[in-house]
Amino acid sequence: MRRTLGRRTALRSLAGALAATLVLAVAGCGGDDEAGTDAAQAGPNGVDDGSELTLWTRAPLEKQAKLLVDAYNASHQNKVSLTVVPNDDYVAKVGAAAGSGGLPDLFAADIVYVPNWVSQGLFQDLSTNINGLSFKDQINKGHLSAGTLDGKPHVLPFVLDLSMLFWNKELFKEAGLDPEKAPANLEEYAAAAKKIQGLKKPGVYGTATGLNCGGCLVFTWFPSIWASGGEVLSADGKSSELAGDTAKQVYSTWADLWKSGAVLPSSAGETGPTWTAAFTEGKVGLMFYPATLLSSTPFDAGVAGIPGPTGGASTFVGGDGIGVSKDSKKAAQAWNFLSWMMSEDAQVEVLAKNKDVVSRADLATNKYASTDPRLVTINEVAGKGDTPVALNFQQAFNAPSSPWLTLVRNQVLNGTGDVQKDNEEITAVLQQ
Amino acid sequence: MSDSAATRGRARPRGRHALLGWLYATPTAVFVVALFVVPLGLVVKMSVSRWPLLAGDQGLNAPDNFEKAVDHRFFTDSVVFTIKYTVLATVLLLVLGLGLALLVQESSRWNNLLRASFLIPSALGLASASLLFYVFYSPFASPLAPVMESWGFTFLGSPTAALLSTTFLIVWRYAGFYMVLMLVGLQGIPGDVFEAARSDGATRWQTFWRVTLPLMRPTLALTTVLCVTGSLLAFEQFYILTKGGPDNSTITVVQLIYQVAFQGQNDLGVAAAISVIVLVALVVINALQLRAFRSEES
Repeated sequence: MRRTLGRRTALRSLAGALAATLVLAVAGCGGDDEAGTDAAQAGPNGVDDGSELTLWTRAPLEKQAKLLVDAYNASHQNKVSLTVVPNDDYVAKVGAAAGSGGLPDLFAADIVYVPNWVSQGLFQDLSTNINGLSFKDQINKGHLSAGTLDGKPHVLPFVLDLSMLFWNKELFKEAGLDPEKAPANLEEYAAAAKKIQGLKKPGVYGTATGLNCGGCLVFTWFPSIWASGGEVLSADGKSSELAGDTAKQVYSTWADLWKSGAVLPSSAGETGPTWTAAFTEGKVGLMFYPATLLSSTPFDAGVAGIPGPTGGASTFVGGDGIGVSKDSKKAAQAWNFLSWMMSEDAQVEVLAKNKDVVSRADLATNKYASTDPRLVTINEVAGKGDTPVALNFQQAFNAPSSPWLTLVRNQVLNGTGDVQKDNEEITAVLQQ
Repeated sequence: MSDSAATRGRARPRGRHALLGWLYATPTAVFVVALFVVPLGLVVKMSVSRWPLLAGDQGLNAPDNFEKAVDHRFFTDSVVFTIKYTVLATVLLLVLGLGLALLVQESSRWNNLLRASFLIPSALGLASASLLFYVFYSPFASPLAPVMESWGFTFLGSPTAALLSTTFLIVWRYAGFYMVLMLVGLQGIPGDVFEAARSDGATRWQTFWRVTLPLMRPTLALTTVLCVTGSLLAFEQFYILTKGGPDNSTITVVQLIYQVAFQGQNDLGVAAAISVIVLVALVVINALQLRAFRSEES
């Protein structure tokens, strides 16, 4: 008798404890914190009063983020402490922090995720501050519009990463191609790749890409479609137009390249971590490649905008946007960092000095850019580039099992599948 | 409760006795509640709530998440693939583990060396081992790259190759571990049973089939349960080696949970619903396995 009673009491108190913990957990998740200092009331430059600020970014932009933070800390009373998170873990970490109200004061986000994160309310409204900037019209439009909700900008460009056509001048010379002239369209691109493949040098391939990496393909193939006047998404980001004629020409060019054996074989399974490695080692003739790697490419490389099937030039304006988080109690101080980041001091003396792209058009021709004509090219193409905006971008394109990957792999590698049907699958995900 | 305990209980003040009991049980109870009951309760709650990763709890919506989970375009594929992988890995590991154990059963100088070399891969974490094989299988960085190039073959390039390559990694990593478990079972069989079999004129094969295997049943039950559970929950090896590719052919159920939660859909509710389904399936499968081994015994 006593035994049953004891067990029942134990069960009851256990259930009580469980319920109490659940209630606590739920309360913790749902709590809305009262707003701290308001960025809008802090004036155009924010507050520099020796506060500690926290900033999160993802690993691919570590170099640029470190330079910016170090330069800011050296010249201001506020101190920013930087946390760099591995690329694959970033969404999970931000998600967990957002759910429990623990986001840092400032955090950067892959620009393709920014529309979703802004609409989920992860960033504070900065419209008063951003609209007050005298050079607002010069700020990169793709990044600014990705972070704009209901006409209110929430996010500024942190680091711009552009996809460009890079070619290895040494290999071009050996293959009898003009090392100073970029292929003018996708057909010439394929011809150049085949010619370099024709050298039959061991371990050297014509071109390379990441055929199992949705993000790489978005970054490098969308510009091909734009360059010839095609579109990839409808204006509202709710339907996919990747079965258009220009897109089909892009797929068939690559399918032909793949069949001819001029593409690095590991490209077929490449999920992203090493998609640029072969080019950096000088083993690939030409490829669509991120401009942030310009300063770490050790040999003489040519740079041009990405051409489409009928010529033209475009680029994917990627990289990260940055804003003040919903959980920040130091918005006025955080704005001080952001306003400094957009200033000429930071854009030219930090970013341009490191051969990075500036996010203000009026600073594109600066003293550092003019010493390397490739930087001028990159800055010029940046104006012609685009940033697609869609709420479900990650699931439709970047995720490892995205319908976009299925479409590309069917078209290029397997030679099967119905491009219309695969495209409808992307639209279905975009509309969820 | 035995008689003497009851008497002793009556002799002492009742409250103090109960208090002491609670005190003894508290450390375990705290850990069980904090590390098992609370997370489990939270997952169940998530599975019946609208719970986007970025927005947090949005209130109950049962049973939407379970419908969405079952309707997910990779749900059936991932279940089928997980079962396929589990059967393959379990058969290979158990047969190989038992074979290796029989091979190194006698203790001699060479067998000690063999045992150690079979066991060494188990000292490596699964994620580190996967990274090692990621490089080993890479057509770009692997020492085998020239071979792959001349044969026109890649280890992770086709669905079958990816499954077999990953299974090879798992066999390499775990065969030594299962060998040790089997070895313990083998050495638990008294030597006179084998002697009796030998004097009755049983062949080696007969001895193995009629004596060794039946007496190994508890060990076989343990290893099967471990191996099946481990394989059904496979994640790291596929996450690192294949990311579910090529062409979504190697998505395991746990990978699907991770993808739904953090890579695109960002829906903790649906992810928790799949977790609950997996949990129930595991409980049922393990109960069936234990029952199967027990009923044969009696």
